[in-house]
Amino acid sequence: MASLDDLKKRILSVKSTQKITKAMKMVAAAKLKRAQENAEKGRPYSEKMNNIILNLSNGISDKENAPKLLAGTGNEKVHLCVVLTSDRGLCGGFNSNIIKKAKAYFSKITSEGKNLKIITVGSKGYDQLKRQYNDKIVNKISFKDSKNINFFDAEKVSKIIIESFQKNEFDVCTIFYNKFKNVITQIPQAQQIIPLKSYETGNENEKDNYEFEPEEDEILGNLLPKNISTQIFKAMLENSASEQGSRMSAMDNATRNAGEMVDKLTIQYNRSRQAAITKELIEIISGAESL
Amino acid sequence: MSEEFKLEIVNPEKSFLSKEDVTEVLVPAYEGDMGILKDHISIISFLKPGILKVFSKSGEDKYYVEDGIIEFKDNTLSILTSSIFSLDKIDRSYVSQSLSDTEKLLSKEDLDDQSRFLISQKIDVLKSINSN
Repeated sequence: MASLDDLKKRILSVKSTQKITKAMKMVAAAKLKRAQENAEKGRPYSEKMNNIILNLSNGISDKENAPKLLAGTGNEKVHLCVVLTSDRGLCGGFNSNIIKKAKAYFSKITSEGKNLKIITVGSKGYDQLKRQYNDKIVNKISFKDSKNINFFDAEKVSKIIIESFQKNEFDVCTIFYNKFKNVITQIPQAQQIIPLKSYETGNENEKDNYEFEPEEDEILGNLLPKNISTQIFKAMLENSASEQGSRMSAMDNATRNAGEMVDKLTIQYNRSRQAAITKELIEIISGAESL
Repeated sequence: MSEEFKLEIVNPEKSFLSKEDVTEVLVPAYEGDMGILKDHISIISFLKPGILKVFSKSGEDKYYVEDGIIEFKDNTLSILTSSIFSLDKIDRSYVSQSLSDTEKLLSKEDLDDQSRFLISQKIDVLKSINSN
Protein backbone atom coordinates (compact mmCIF):
# COMPACT_ATOMS: atom_id res chain seq x y z
CA MET A 1 0.00 0.00 0.00
CA ALA A 2 1.15 3.45 -0.90
CA SER A 3 2.52 5.46 1.96
CA LEU A 4 0.91 8.66 3.15
CA ASP A 5 3.58 10.75 1.50
CA ASP A 6 3.11 9.05 -1.84
CA LEU A 7 -0.62 9.62 -1.72
CA LYS A 8 -0.10 13.26 -0.89
CA LYS A 9 2.17 13.68 -3.87
CA ARG A 10 -0.26 12.01 -6.19
CA ILE A 11 -3.11 14.19 -5.03
CA LEU A 12 -1.01 17.26 -5.65
CA SER A 13 -0.02 16.18 -9.12
CA VAL A 14 -3.58 15.36 -10.13
CA LYS A 15 -4.66 18.73 -8.79
CA SER A 16 -2.12 20.56 -10.89
CA THR A 17 -3.17 18.62 -13.98
CA GLN A 18 -6.71 19.63 -13.22
CA LYS A 19 -5.66 23.24 -13.08
CA ILE A 20 -4.15 22.99 -16.54
CA THR A 21 -7.15 21.30 -18.09
CA LYS A 22 -9.43 23.83 -16.45
CA ALA A 23 -7.43 26.70 -17.87
CA MET A 24 -7.44 25.10 -21.31
CA LYS A 25 -11.17 24.69 -21.11
CA MET A 26 -11.61 28.36 -20.28
CA VAL A 27 -9.37 29.42 -23.15
CA ALA A 28 -11.18 27.11 -25.54
CA ALA A 29 -14.53 28.48 -24.40
CA ALA A 30 -13.43 32.03 -25.08
CA LYS A 31 -11.99 31.10 -28.46
CA LEU A 32 -15.05 29.06 -29.29
CA LYS A 33 -17.26 32.06 -28.90
CA ARG A 34 -15.18 34.03 -31.33
CA ALA A 35 -14.85 31.17 -33.79
CA GLN A 36 -18.56 30.59 -33.68
CA GLU A 37 -19.24 34.25 -34.35
CA ASN A 38 -16.83 34.18 -37.26
CA ALA A 39 -18.47 31.09 -38.69
CA GLU A 40 -21.86 32.74 -38.47
CA LYS A 41 -20.61 35.95 -40.00
CA GLY A 42 -19.07 34.06 -42.87
CA ARG A 43 -22.26 32.27 -43.74
CA PRO A 44 -24.04 34.99 -45.75
CA TYR A 45 -21.15 35.24 -48.17
CA SER A 46 -20.99 31.55 -48.98
CA GLU A 47 -24.76 31.28 -49.14
CA LYS A 48 -25.03 34.18 -51.57
CA MET A 49 -22.20 32.76 -53.61
CA ASN A 50 -24.02 29.44 -53.76
CA ASN A 51 -27.20 31.14 -54.88
CA ILE A 52 -25.52 33.07 -57.63
CA ILE A 53 -23.73 30.02 -58.96
CA LEU A 54 -26.93 28.05 -58.83
CA ASN A 55 -28.73 30.72 -60.82
CA LEU A 56 -25.90 30.90 -63.26
CA SER A 57 -25.62 27.20 -63.88
CA ASN A 58 -29.36 27.04 -64.37
CA GLY A 59 -29.13 29.78 -66.91
CA ILE A 60 -26.22 28.38 -68.81
CA SER A 61 -27.31 27.50 -72.30
CA ASP A 62 -24.45 25.48 -73.62
CA LYS A 63 -23.99 22.61 -71.18
CA GLU A 64 -21.40 20.93 -73.35
CA ASN A 65 -18.95 23.75 -73.12
CA ALA A 66 -19.50 24.50 -69.48
CA PRO A 67 -16.31 25.27 -67.58
CA LYS A 68 -14.49 22.18 -66.39
CA LEU A 69 -14.60 23.30 -62.80
CA LEU A 70 -18.37 22.97 -62.98
CA ALA A 71 -18.82 20.01 -65.26
CA GLY A 72 -15.69 18.01 -64.50
CA THR A 73 -13.16 16.55 -66.85
CA GLY A 74 -15.37 13.69 -67.90
CA ASN A 75 -13.10 11.23 -66.13
CA GLU A 76 -13.14 10.00 -62.58
CA LYS A 77 -9.74 8.44 -62.39
CA VAL A 78 -7.73 10.60 -60.06
CA HIS A 79 -9.24 11.80 -56.82
CA LEU A 80 -7.75 14.62 -54.84
CA CYS A 81 -8.68 14.73 -51.18
CA VAL A 82 -8.05 17.81 -49.11
CA VAL A 83 -8.08 16.94 -45.42
CA LEU A 84 -8.52 19.91 -43.15
CA THR A 85 -7.38 19.33 -39.58
CA SER A 86 -6.06 21.39 -36.72
CA ASP A 87 -2.49 22.32 -35.88
CA ARG A 88 -2.84 21.55 -32.20
CA GLY A 89 -3.75 18.46 -30.28
CA LEU A 90 -5.66 17.91 -27.05
CA CYS A 91 -9.00 18.42 -28.69
CA GLY A 92 -10.70 15.10 -28.14
CA GLY A 93 -11.82 13.18 -31.17
CA PHE A 94 -11.72 16.20 -33.46
CA ASN A 95 -8.85 15.19 -35.69
CA SER A 96 -9.38 11.45 -35.52
CA ASN A 97 -12.99 11.88 -36.60
CA ILE A 98 -11.95 13.65 -39.78
CA ILE A 99 -9.18 11.16 -40.41
CA LYS A 100 -11.54 8.25 -39.88
CA LYS A 101 -13.98 9.66 -42.38
CA ALA A 102 -11.20 10.39 -44.83
CA LYS A 103 -9.63 6.96 -44.48
CA ALA A 104 -12.94 5.26 -45.17
CA TYR A 105 -13.18 7.32 -48.33
CA PHE A 106 -9.60 6.58 -49.28
CA SER A 107 -10.05 2.83 -49.06
CA LYS A 108 -13.24 3.08 -51.09
CA ILE A 109 -11.38 4.97 -53.80
CA THR A 110 -8.42 2.62 -53.87
CA SER A 111 -10.62 -0.47 -53.92
CA GLU A 112 -12.31 0.94 -56.99
CA GLY A 113 -8.93 1.06 -58.64
CA LYS A 114 -8.76 4.83 -58.81
CA ASN A 115 -5.78 6.99 -58.10
CA LEU A 116 -5.60 8.90 -54.88
CA LYS A 117 -3.84 12.14 -54.06
CA ILE A 118 -3.94 13.83 -50.70
CA ILE A 119 -3.34 17.37 -49.56
CA THR A 120 -3.30 17.86 -45.82
CA VAL A 121 -4.07 21.20 -44.26
CA GLY A 122 -3.01 21.41 -40.63
CA SER A 123 -0.15 19.45 -39.14
CA LYS A 124 -2.19 16.96 -37.12
CA GLY A 125 -3.73 15.47 -40.21
CA TYR A 126 -0.34 15.02 -41.79
CA ASP A 127 0.99 13.32 -38.65
CA GLN A 128 -1.83 10.83 -38.63
CA LEU A 129 -1.81 10.09 -42.34
CA LYS A 130 1.87 9.99 -43.11
CA ARG A 131 2.42 6.45 -41.83
CA GLN A 132 -0.18 4.83 -44.01
CA TYR A 133 -0.45 7.15 -46.99
CA ASN A 134 2.91 8.83 -47.18
CA ASP A 135 3.36 8.17 -50.90
CA LYS A 136 -0.08 9.62 -51.66
CA ILE A 137 0.41 12.95 -49.94
CA VAL A 138 1.29 15.48 -52.62
CA ASN A 139 1.26 18.57 -50.49
CA LYS A 140 0.99 19.59 -46.88
CA ILE A 141 -0.06 23.01 -45.77
CA SER A 142 -0.02 24.42 -42.30
CA PHE A 143 -1.16 27.77 -41.05
CA LYS A 144 0.53 27.61 -37.69
CA ASP A 145 1.72 31.16 -38.00
CA SER A 146 -1.56 32.84 -38.74
CA LYS A 147 -3.48 33.48 -35.59
CA ASN A 148 -6.93 33.79 -37.04
CA ILE A 149 -8.54 32.09 -39.94
CA ASN A 150 -8.45 34.52 -42.81
CA PHE A 151 -9.62 34.48 -46.37
CA PHE A 152 -6.11 34.94 -47.61
CA ASP A 153 -5.10 31.50 -46.32
CA ALA A 154 -8.13 29.90 -47.92
CA GLU A 155 -7.18 31.51 -51.21
CA LYS A 156 -3.71 30.02 -50.96
CA VAL A 157 -5.16 26.54 -50.62
CA SER A 158 -7.59 27.01 -53.46
CA LYS A 159 -4.86 28.37 -55.68
CA ILE A 160 -2.86 25.20 -55.20
CA ILE A 161 -5.93 23.11 -55.98
CA ILE A 162 -6.90 25.08 -59.07
CA GLU A 163 -3.39 25.16 -60.47
CA SER A 164 -3.04 21.43 -60.17
CA PHE A 165 -6.51 20.99 -61.69
CA GLN A 166 -5.51 23.05 -64.68
CA LYS A 167 -2.49 20.82 -65.13
CA ASN A 168 -4.94 17.90 -65.30
CA GLU A 169 -3.45 16.30 -62.24
CA PHE A 170 -6.80 15.15 -60.88
CA ASP A 171 -10.44 14.82 -61.89
CA VAL A 172 -12.41 15.00 -58.67
CA CYS A 173 -11.68 17.01 -55.57
CA THR A 174 -13.23 16.43 -52.17
CA ILE A 175 -12.62 18.33 -48.96
CA PHE A 176 -12.89 16.82 -45.50
CA TYR A 177 -13.70 18.93 -42.48
CA ASN A 178 -15.79 18.98 -39.34
CA LYS A 179 -19.07 20.76 -39.50
CA PHE A 180 -19.91 22.57 -36.31
CA LYS A 181 -23.31 21.61 -35.02
CA ASN A 182 -22.98 22.45 -31.38
CA VAL A 183 -20.36 22.29 -28.67
CA ILE A 184 -20.66 18.54 -28.19
CA THR A 185 -21.52 17.50 -31.72
CA GLN A 186 -19.30 17.98 -34.72
CA ILE A 187 -20.06 16.10 -37.87
CA PRO A 188 -17.20 15.10 -40.13
CA GLN A 189 -18.07 16.09 -43.67
CA ALA A 190 -16.89 15.10 -47.09
CA GLN A 191 -17.77 17.74 -49.65
CA GLN A 192 -17.03 17.46 -53.31
CA ILE A 193 -15.96 20.78 -54.76
CA ILE A 194 -14.70 19.81 -58.22
CA PRO A 195 -16.75 19.16 -60.26
CA LEU A 196 -19.39 21.07 -58.46
CA LYS A 197 -22.17 18.81 -57.27
CA SER A 198 -25.46 20.20 -58.40
CA TYR A 199 -27.04 21.72 -55.37
CA GLU A 200 -29.99 20.06 -53.77
CA THR A 201 -32.46 22.84 -53.95
CA GLY A 202 -36.09 23.23 -53.25
CA ASN A 203 -36.45 26.32 -55.39
CA GLU A 204 -35.98 24.60 -58.71
CA ASN A 205 -39.11 26.12 -60.16
CA GLU A 206 -38.07 29.61 -59.21
CA LYS A 207 -35.92 30.18 -62.24
CA ASP A 208 -35.05 33.79 -62.57
CA ASN A 209 -34.40 35.56 -65.76
CA TYR A 210 -31.17 37.29 -65.16
CA GLU A 211 -29.37 39.70 -67.29
CA PHE A 212 -25.72 38.83 -67.45
CA GLU A 213 -22.93 41.20 -68.06
CA PRO A 214 -20.54 39.90 -69.43
CA GLU A 215 -21.75 36.53 -70.78
CA GLU A 216 -22.69 33.66 -68.48
CA ASP A 217 -19.67 31.60 -69.41
CA GLU A 218 -17.29 34.37 -68.63
CA ILE A 219 -18.92 35.07 -65.29
CA LEU A 220 -18.88 31.39 -64.42
CA GLY A 221 -15.27 31.06 -65.40
CA ASN A 222 -14.42 33.85 -63.05
CA LEU A 223 -16.77 32.86 -60.29
CA LEU A 224 -15.95 29.18 -59.92
CA PRO A 225 -12.39 29.65 -58.65
CA LYS A 226 -13.75 32.17 -56.19
CA ASN A 227 -16.36 29.70 -55.10
CA ILE A 228 -13.67 27.16 -54.32
CA SER A 229 -11.89 29.65 -52.09
CA THR A 230 -15.19 30.42 -50.46
CA GLN A 231 -16.01 26.78 -49.82
CA ILE A 232 -12.58 26.16 -48.37
CA PHE A 233 -12.85 29.25 -46.25
CA LYS A 234 -16.22 28.09 -44.99
CA ALA A 235 -14.75 24.69 -44.19
CA MET A 236 -11.90 26.34 -42.32
CA LEU A 237 -14.27 28.46 -40.28
CA GLU A 238 -16.46 25.49 -39.42
CA ASN A 239 -13.37 23.54 -38.58
CA SER A 240 -11.99 26.11 -36.21
CA ALA A 241 -15.30 26.40 -34.38
CA SER A 242 -15.47 22.61 -34.17
CA GLU A 243 -11.92 22.39 -32.92
CA GLN A 244 -12.55 24.77 -30.08
CA GLY A 245 -15.84 23.12 -29.22
CA SER A 246 -14.26 19.72 -29.25
CA ARG A 247 -11.36 20.90 -27.14
CA MET A 248 -13.70 22.54 -24.69
CA SER A 249 -15.73 19.39 -24.09
CA ALA A 250 -12.61 17.23 -23.96
CA MET A 251 -11.03 19.49 -21.38
CA ASP A 252 -14.27 19.67 -19.45
CA ASN A 253 -14.28 15.89 -19.24
CA ALA A 254 -10.65 15.82 -18.23
CA THR A 255 -11.30 18.35 -15.47
CA ARG A 256 -14.18 16.32 -14.17
CA ASN A 257 -12.19 13.10 -14.24
CA ALA A 258 -9.34 14.75 -12.39
CA GLY A 259 -11.82 15.97 -9.77
CA GLU A 260 -13.15 12.45 -9.28
CA MET A 261 -9.64 11.13 -8.98
CA VAL A 262 -8.74 13.74 -6.38
CA ASP A 263 -11.83 12.76 -4.35
CA LYS A 264 -10.94 9.09 -4.52
CA LEU A 265 -7.34 9.68 -3.57
CA THR A 266 -8.34 11.97 -0.72
CA ILE A 267 -10.60 9.30 0.74
CA GLN A 268 -7.82 6.76 0.43
CA TYR A 269 -5.41 9.21 2.05
CA ASN A 270 -7.74 9.86 4.99
CA ARG A 271 -8.43 6.16 5.49
CA SER A 272 -4.78 5.27 5.66
CA ARG A 273 -4.11 8.21 7.95
CA GLN A 274 -6.86 7.01 10.30
CA ALA A 275 -5.55 3.47 10.10
CA ALA A 276 -2.11 4.67 11.07
CA ILE A 277 -3.50 6.59 14.05
CA THR A 278 -5.58 3.64 15.19
CA LYS A 279 -2.60 1.38 14.91
CA GLU A 280 -0.51 3.73 17.00
CA LEU A 281 -3.26 3.99 19.64
CA ILE A 282 -3.55 0.20 19.87
CA GLU A 283 0.17 -0.01 20.29
CA ILE A 284 0.16 2.56 23.06
CA ILE A 285 -2.79 0.98 24.87
CA SER A 286 -1.45 -2.53 24.68
CA GLY A 287 1.90 -1.22 25.78
CA ALA A 288 0.25 0.40 28.84
CA GLU A 289 -1.74 -2.76 29.64
CA SER A 290 1.30 -4.93 29.71
CA LEU A 291 2.87 -2.83 32.42
CA MET B 1 -44.13 55.82 -53.77
CA SER B 2 -40.86 55.00 -52.22
CA GLU B 3 -37.85 54.72 -54.44
CA GLU B 4 -35.75 52.82 -51.96
CA PHE B 5 -34.26 49.39 -52.14
CA LYS B 6 -32.03 47.21 -50.05
CA LEU B 7 -28.27 47.00 -50.27
CA GLU B 8 -26.13 44.27 -48.76
CA ILE B 9 -22.39 44.21 -48.95
CA VAL B 10 -20.77 41.06 -47.63
CA ASN B 11 -17.17 40.08 -47.05
CA PRO B 12 -16.06 36.50 -46.63
CA GLU B 13 -15.50 37.24 -42.96
CA LYS B 14 -18.52 39.31 -42.14
CA SER B 15 -21.40 41.35 -43.37
CA PHE B 16 -19.85 44.67 -44.28
CA LEU B 17 -22.90 46.84 -44.75
CA SER B 18 -26.63 46.43 -44.83
CA LYS B 19 -28.88 49.32 -45.71
CA GLU B 20 -32.60 49.48 -46.35
CA ASP B 21 -32.97 53.05 -47.58
CA VAL B 22 -30.76 53.17 -50.64
CA THR B 23 -32.01 55.18 -53.59
CA GLU B 24 -29.21 54.62 -56.04
CA VAL B 25 -25.99 52.66 -56.26
CA LEU B 26 -23.29 53.39 -58.79
CA VAL B 27 -21.18 50.31 -59.33
CA PRO B 28 -17.95 49.99 -61.32
CA ALA B 29 -19.14 46.98 -63.32
CA TYR B 30 -16.83 45.02 -65.52
CA GLU B 31 -18.13 46.46 -68.75
CA GLY B 32 -18.55 49.99 -67.55
CA ASP B 33 -20.05 51.88 -64.66
CA MET B 34 -23.63 51.09 -63.94
CA GLY B 35 -26.25 52.96 -61.99
CA ILE B 36 -28.81 50.82 -60.25
CA LEU B 37 -32.20 52.17 -59.23
CA LYS B 38 -35.22 50.51 -57.76
CA ASP B 39 -36.94 47.86 -59.92
CA HIS B 40 -33.87 47.24 -62.01
CA ILE B 41 -34.00 43.99 -63.97
CA SER B 42 -32.34 41.03 -62.24
CA ILE B 43 -28.71 41.15 -63.10
CA ILE B 44 -25.45 39.44 -62.26
CA SER B 45 -22.19 41.14 -63.02
CA PHE B 46 -18.61 41.60 -61.93
CA LEU B 47 -16.84 44.51 -60.47
CA LYS B 48 -13.59 45.94 -61.61
CA PRO B 49 -11.43 48.07 -59.33
CA GLY B 50 -13.19 51.37 -58.84
CA ILE B 51 -15.32 53.58 -56.68
CA LEU B 52 -18.66 52.35 -55.47
CA LYS B 53 -21.13 55.11 -54.71
CA VAL B 54 -24.14 54.59 -52.51
CA PHE B 55 -26.85 57.23 -52.42
CA SER B 56 -29.34 57.11 -49.62
CA LYS B 57 -31.51 59.54 -47.73
CA SER B 58 -28.79 60.10 -45.21
CA GLY B 59 -26.37 61.14 -47.91
CA GLU B 60 -23.75 59.71 -50.16
CA ASP B 61 -21.13 57.11 -49.27
CA LYS B 62 -18.14 56.18 -51.33
CA TYR B 63 -16.21 52.94 -51.19
CA TYR B 64 -13.18 51.65 -52.98
CA VAL B 65 -13.57 48.07 -54.24
CA GLU B 66 -11.03 45.86 -55.90
CA ASP B 67 -13.16 43.03 -57.14
CA GLY B 68 -16.45 41.36 -56.48
CA ILE B 69 -19.72 40.10 -57.80
CA ILE B 70 -23.03 41.89 -57.74
CA GLU B 71 -26.44 40.41 -57.90
CA PHE B 72 -29.63 42.41 -58.12
CA LYS B 73 -32.88 40.60 -57.52
CA ASP B 74 -36.24 41.48 -55.99
CA ASN B 75 -35.04 44.95 -55.13
CA THR B 76 -32.09 43.66 -53.17
CA LEU B 77 -28.62 44.41 -54.33
CA SER B 78 -26.02 42.00 -52.99
CA ILE B 79 -22.38 42.78 -53.43
CA LEU B 80 -19.89 40.04 -52.65
CA THR B 81 -16.39 41.32 -52.34
CA SER B 82 -13.25 40.40 -50.49
CA SER B 83 -11.73 43.85 -50.57
CA ILE B 84 -13.74 46.96 -49.90
CA PHE B 85 -12.80 50.11 -48.02
CA SER B 86 -14.76 53.16 -47.09
CA LEU B 87 -13.15 56.15 -48.78
CA ASP B 88 -13.40 58.26 -45.64
CA LYS B 89 -11.48 55.76 -43.59
CA ILE B 90 -9.10 54.38 -46.14
CA ASP B 91 -5.50 54.15 -45.06
CA ARG B 92 -3.29 56.39 -47.16
CA SER B 93 -0.27 54.18 -46.67
CA TYR B 94 -2.27 51.18 -47.86
CA VAL B 95 -3.21 53.07 -51.00
CA SER B 96 0.34 54.03 -51.86
CA GLN B 97 1.60 50.56 -51.01
CA SER B 98 -1.00 48.92 -53.19
CA LEU B 99 -0.32 51.44 -55.93
CA SER B 100 3.38 50.67 -56.09
CA ASP B 101 2.67 46.93 -55.92
CA THR B 102 0.25 47.16 -58.80
CA GLU B 103 2.61 49.25 -60.87
CA LYS B 104 5.22 46.57 -60.46
CA LEU B 105 2.72 44.02 -61.69
CA LEU B 106 2.06 46.05 -64.81
CA SER B 107 5.70 46.09 -65.78
CA LYS B 108 5.66 42.29 -66.12
CA GLU B 109 5.77 41.03 -69.66
CA ASP B 110 3.48 38.05 -69.68
CA LEU B 111 0.18 39.76 -69.05
CA ASP B 112 -2.87 39.10 -71.14
CA ASP B 113 -5.02 42.00 -72.24
CA GLN B 114 -7.68 41.35 -69.69
CA SER B 115 -5.46 41.47 -66.64
CA ARG B 116 -3.55 44.41 -68.10
CA PHE B 117 -6.83 46.25 -68.38
CA LEU B 118 -7.80 45.42 -64.81
CA ILE B 119 -4.44 46.44 -63.46
CA SER B 120 -4.29 49.75 -65.24
CA GLN B 121 -7.83 50.39 -64.10
CA LYS B 122 -6.73 49.77 -60.54
CA ILE B 123 -3.80 52.12 -60.90
CA ASP B 124 -6.00 54.89 -62.23
CA VAL B 125 -8.41 54.57 -59.34
CA LEU B 126 -5.69 54.40 -56.74
CA LYS B 127 -4.04 57.47 -58.23
CA SER B 128 -7.25 59.41 -58.14
CA ILE B 129 -7.75 58.46 -54.50
CA ASN B 130 -4.24 59.53 -53.69
CA SER B 131 -4.58 62.91 -55.34
CA ASN B 132 -7.71 63.77 -53.38
